[in-house]
Amino acid sequence: MIAEHLPALQVVIPLMAAPLCILLHRASGAWFVSLVASWCSFAVAVALLGQVQAGGPISYPLGDWAPPWGIEYRVDMVSAFVLVIVSTIGAVVIPYARASVEREVPSDRAYLFYCMYCLCLTGMLGIAITGDAFNLFVFLEIASLSSYVLVSMGADRRALMAAYRYLIMGTIGATFYIIGVGLLYMMTGTLNMADLAERLPAVAETRTILTALAFLTVGISLKLALFPLHLWLPNAYAFAPSVVTAFLAATATKVAVYALIRIYFTIFGGIDVFETMAVREVLMGLAIVAMFAGSLVAVYQNNVKRMLAYSSIAQIGYMVLGISIASVTGLSGGIIHLFNHALMKGALFLALGCVVLRLGSAHVRDLDGIGRRMPLTMAAFVLGGLSLIGVPLTVGFVSKWTLIQAALERGWWPLAVIILLTSLLAVIYVWRIVEVSYFRPVPEGAADIAEAPASMLVPLWVLAGACVYFGARAEQTVTIARAAAATLLGVSP
Amino acid sequence: MNVLGLYNYWIVVVLMMTGFYVVIAQNNLIKKVVGLNIFQVSVFVFYISMSKVKGGTAPILDPGIQVYGNPLPHVLILTAIVVGVATMALALALVVRIRHAYGTIEEDDIDAQEEEP
Amino acid sequence: MRGNIILRVASKLLIPCILLFALYVQFHGDFGPGGGFQAGVIFGSAFILYALIVNIESARRAVPAVVSRVALALGLLLYAGVGVAGMFLGGRYLNYSVLAEVPTTGQHLGITLIELGVGITVAAAMITVFYVFAGEER
Repeated sequence: MIAEHLPALQVVIPLMAAPLCILLHRASGAWFVSLVASWCSFAVAVALLGQVQAGGPISYPLGDWAPPWGIEYRVDMVSAFVLVIVSTIGAVVIPYARASVEREVPSDRAYLFYCMYCLCLTGMLGIAITGDAFNLFVFLEIASLSSYVLVSMGADRRALMAAYRYLIMGTIGATFYIIGVGLLYMMTGTLNMADLAERLPAVAETRTILTALAFLTVGISLKLALFPLHLWLPNAYAFAPSVVTAFLAATATKVAVYALIRIYFTIFGGIDVFETMAVREVLMGLAIVAMFAGSLVAVYQNNVKRMLAYSSIAQIGYMVLGISIASVTGLSGGIIHLFNHALMKGALFLALGCVVLRLGSAHVRDLDGIGRRMPLTMAAFVLGGLSLIGVPLTVGFVSKWTLIQAALERGWWPLAVIILLTSLLAVIYVWRIVEVSYFRPVPEGAADIAEAPASMLVPLWVLAGACVYFGARAEQTVTIARAAAATLLGVSP
Repeated sequence: MNVLGLYNYWIVVVLMMTGFYVVIAQNNLIKKVVGLNIFQVSVFVFYISMSKVKGGTAPILDPGIQVYGNPLPHVLILTAIVVGVATMALALALVVRIRHAYGTIEEDDIDAQEEEP
Repeated sequence: MRGNIILRVASKLLIPCILLFALYVQFHGDFGPGGGFQAGVIFGSAFILYALIVNIESARRAVPAVVSRVALALGLLLYAGVGVAGMFLGGRYLNYSVLAEVPTTGQHLGITLIELGVGITVAAAMITVFYVFAGEER
């Protein structure tokens, strides 16, 4: 019986955990509830991926209202993959959260932190699972509103301004998205994604649809921090509590990329938007600028959290680049990078969280000799950094390799050169941290600091280990991503 | 297709741009939130006006009435309004805390305070 | 506002009517216009009016912050719980027809409970938001 209801459970479990956190009203109880909820969601997501691999897409009409009238949850390869990514990060981050939250969030608010975390997880899983364009907006806002709260819980007062700016930008993005959906509804009279895909080609030539596409693109681009709409991201990531930074960096922008993929390849699946509506030129141009600008600005940052935030902007560029190539290889490159970037950014920010726990700062000048003081933490950081550069045998290599292949398949060799060049920029900023933490002496008179507690090191090493494991054995992820890309483009893999 | 016949779209566009302008141009954090609200309301108006069917009544089933307005956009906008209310509450709560932390709600003053140290 | 006798008397007369109207909107929602969102807001506004006219301390005595917070959570749990109940009784999530022997009775029950959950949560949320803002030091 449970197997049949997995799509609903995926969203309902974390949703019900949120009010439970409020009822328990104690940090430890709330933490335990969110732990159980995230691990259950993880199990459900893995089971769903298994079901989809075995038996094709699953459709789950909520309340037995048949689609396209009712809201339909639809799980295909792409959404199952994204569900697994989000719930994995959730399951890994939450054991880590306990010690980190104790240090960075006031204890009387900790239960609210876990409540918001559960709601945020609900929203993101919902975005990935829903087959209804308006329902996606609702989940987008559930995820966003809770992440504004999570960001504002940072200890620094600048976290408040960061959360406020994030709120303004995020709300404008979401409002743009519903304008787009409204225009689509006007032209087709439906909100179900699959139904939209069928009806859109008949009205594809109208200006309304073109406007809708523009609104949807800009709205979602705001949420995923595509250059030049990324201004909220660096401060939000830099001043949020460390756990939140790791969780959001690894998931929030990913589900937004997923929403973009859904719009282009499912809702507008019947129209080749890349050839007829100049989407490719815009996306590819912005992605390339993002890759360069993000990496360049990252080189000059002194707060390591900010540095990694700018590097995220560059990495989002790679994902969008994959989408804009719009071939099976290109799209699968983007989807693989979704997964890989979640792993490596998760690992990097978790490592940084350990450093903040012990040092109370993530500034480069405080990191002198940290590699010798916290060897396990910094070793994991280096692994994540290597993945970011794209060194062979790490996950970063797999995604960049796939993207370069896709560029060469199309015969766009300058694109391949650009990917290589921006990877070199990543070498610079990762090397800066490595140099500071391993080749500078430990400052004299520095207090002895211990390694981070095991509850934080284990999640960190799970992600860092995954960076290497999935880098060395890439076939699994590549197969899933190719299958996902093929379903999206409607061709056989 | 005359210009006046599309008056609901004109209202939507004017409201939307007013709100958007306020969000961008205002320096006061509360006024920004007000602008954001106007911006959202324009979308509500857009959805509601789109559900109007000429000559249709309220969508309550009744024999003798053939033409109904479309109820779905109303439901969607009810949801969107709730989302909007939650956003407003959160934004105002943030502004209150910003005021506690900085002693001001003018963006310039806050930026100036950040640059000093 | 101790001295403002007109306001006090008027609101004393109004508040019970507002509460009653909220309940009407709440439970008439499956026959006519109405529903949990609207009812919750109306219900919450009665308390907010009371707190504004009398004072916030008496309002807090009537509905302590703990109560509104617990109600907030319970309303959401009720909503989600009805959905899960439908799942256990053989339908999909949020299928009301399976809640009773006769599908229409089940639908009736389901929509009433769901809207009740929404109403409780919205009213509690309104009151909580008001308490938090009103509790601010000037």
